[in-house]
Amino acid sequence: MTSNNKKELLLEMKNIHIDGFSDERWHKILKGVDLNLYRGEILGLIGESGAGKSTMGKAAMGYTQPGCKIIKGEIIFNGTDLAKLTEFEKRKIWGTKISYVAQSAAASFNPAHRLMDQTISAANRAKISPTDVLRRDAVQLYESLQLPDAENIGERYPHQVSGGQLQRIMTAMAMSPRPELIIFDEPTTALDVTTQVEVLSAMRSIVDKFNTAAIYITHDLAVVAQMADRIKVLRYGEEVEESETREMLSNPKEEYTKSLWSVRSLIKPEETNDDYMLSIKNIDAAYGSSKVLHDVSVNIPRGKTVAIVGESGSGKSTTARVITGLLPQTKGEIIFDGKKLSPKLEQRSKEELRRIQIIFQMPDTAMNPKQTVDEIIGRPIEFYHGVKGKERETKVIELLKMIELDETFLDRLPSELSGGQKQRICIARALAANPDLIICDEVTSALDQIVQEGILKLLQKLQKNLGVTYIFITHDIATVKAISDEIVVMYQGKVIEQGLKSKILNPPHPDYTELLLSSVPEMDPDWLTNLLNKRSN
Amino acid sequence: MQGDQGDRSRLVVELIIPRLKNTLFLTGVSALVAIPLALLLGISAALYRNSVYDRSATGFSLVTVSSPEFFTGYIFILLLATLFPVFPTIANVNEDTSLIDRFYLTALPVFTLTLVTMGHMMRMTRSAIINILSSEYIEMAKLSGATRYEVIVKHALPNAWAPIAQVITINLAYMLIGSVVVEFVFNYQGIGRLMVGSVYNRDIPVVQACALIFASTYVILNLLADLIGIISNPRLLYPK
Repeated sequence: MTSNNKKELLLEMKNIHIDGFSDERWHKILKGVDLNLYRGEILGLIGESGAGKSTMGKAAMGYTQPGCKIIKGEIIFNGTDLAKLTEFEKRKIWGTKISYVAQSAAASFNPAHRLMDQTISAANRAKISPTDVLRRDAVQLYESLQLPDAENIGERYPHQVSGGQLQRIMTAMAMSPRPELIIFDEPTTALDVTTQVEVLSAMRSIVDKFNTAAIYITHDLAVVAQMADRIKVLRYGEEVEESETREMLSNPKEEYTKSLWSVRSLIKPEETNDDYMLSIKNIDAAYGSSKVLHDVSVNIPRGKTVAIVGESGSGKSTTARVITGLLPQTKGEIIFDGKKLSPKLEQRSKEELRRIQIIFQMPDTAMNPKQTVDEIIGRPIEFYHGVKGKERETKVIELLKMIELDETFLDRLPSELSGGQKQRICIARALAANPDLIICDEVTSALDQIVQEGILKLLQKLQKNLGVTYIFITHDIATVKAISDEIVVMYQGKVIEQGLKSKILNPPHPDYTELLLSSVPEMDPDWLTNLLNKRSN
Repeated sequence: MQGDQGDRSRLVVELIIPRLKNTLFLTGVSALVAIPLALLLGISAALYRNSVYDRSATGFSLVTVSSPEFFTGYIFILLLATLFPVFPTIANVNEDTSLIDRFYLTALPVFTLTLVTMGHMMRMTRSAIINILSSEYIEMAKLSGATRYEVIVKHALPNAWAPIAQVITINLAYMLIGSVVVEFVFNYQGIGRLMVGSVYNRDIPVVQACALIFASTYVILNLLADLIGIISNPRLLYPK
């Protein structure tokens, strides 16, 4: 983090109004937001989805997505108003003076070109230096971003490197023309915590090295605290507050800002028992010829919550698929309530199917968009319990009440619900079967912090009232702390350890658990610095 | 009574080879005109999409795709051979016709085949590119200062080759086989006419040979499209 001794204004956005066109009409996305950025400074822009932070970030380049337009406002970059420039003039600034780092590196690289060609394309187009000089410079950037095999990694195609590496290469791409401003738009959101730490430290050091100004957009406060000098909070297209990072963390003024913090305060006392609802013993599973689960054994106590944590590719979701029968195991057995379950879905009885339900990560894609809430929740009631007509309707309404909604939702389509409401409907659909075990596969990952809290509270309440058992699959340690009784840590298809929450979360840890837990960002601006110092020792 | 059946296999080959050459010439020239033109029109329509140019190009192509080739052929005869006699009505070539004369004689059949196939190829090229324009890497390219031309040609087109190759090869096959009708309209001595004639004469070996050629054309061209799809996609070409 740099101090702003010289305080020279680089970017000044005044009274920005942006409208977007969707559902056949214009909506206000930004309603008069101001933003100042000084040379060499990093500004954090945070807010929930729909707050307009991404739109604001792109507007800082004078760019709006198709279907959006700048209604009024000035975007003064280095003395020129970007809002008044033509496309042609703006293109001279984009990629050279201001560059952009997108959220999903995997989707933002062109799959048809080599990484090196993409890294230097902007600088090459502007003819900043000869191609071979740019190539050598890019290799140096790769090196300073701690990419493996920096010399040759540029010759690969995007699909040949990992997500964390791609995100760093995109940072190199942004840095290649030595811009005065970089917009980071949720650059680490799609990454695992362990990878996130590496990417964050690489980005921070390179921005420091060239004293580049940056706008860092994220919904994760703990992340922005590591990067930003100043933080601005947005909500519904308006500014909530802005202050220096330390000031903001120690002394937030607005209620809304405080509520962004409080989410992580949800806690649950842990309990366990030896009466296992489900135990899986020495399971192996494979997709085709690649083996993904190696000798996995997990016990799930009745009426409790077991969280399975691990990074992507660790086999957490595969374990869920094996339990539900979607992916038959190649070895080992599953004991459900004292009885052995057949590996294949088709060989399980309707009753066995009813007792195990699953809730998915993306409520948007987990529901048929052409069915109403009534049909979505009513189907499992009819299918499993044979209830029809009036009785079915009372049952659906009862379930809606259980998830804190009411009968006015009966005729709505999924497209007419918010993200949190959709996930609630998915929960109701699972409950409709009256199951004993619910597998929650990253159910809160796609939701905003505040909505997450609501869903987690609801799940806890349902467990208390109905005694249902949960397997909670997640990569988010904060969620784990909030909801679990026991924790299973998985890594590369193996179980590293299983035990009570307090045992797993407190030292001593196996190496991998230690790495995983220490990588979870904390609300402390010095956290990343301290962590890196500790790890380098 | 005893008759000499003759050496039938030699006869079939002798019949087919010159006719096949004629058909390949017609198809080849049509392809050389139609494919570059379709790509150019498709790419430029994507580049200026929703403009007047784009709308008229897609609209016109819809008309040409929907009209059958015998109709298009007669319209050409009416316009360019009868009202304004620029080209001959009948594309009557034989082995002694010179190359330049061949171009001149086959002009109208070539126009017809071009018009019939170009619309389909052009529309597919346009939509393949436009599909890709909503990808995140296209927005990324724009934000790194790429011009409209660069976005389309350097960033979208390389990712669109597979569907484009697919539709080009289908149309190539269609030209070769669809030339049956066009050859009849212009009385062109191609393999399509030979096949139809042989059906009338119950000359089964010739019909079989023609069918075999047509079928293998489809197989080979489809294989070619798949190969192009693989070669143009680094994800299939290079292992992870």
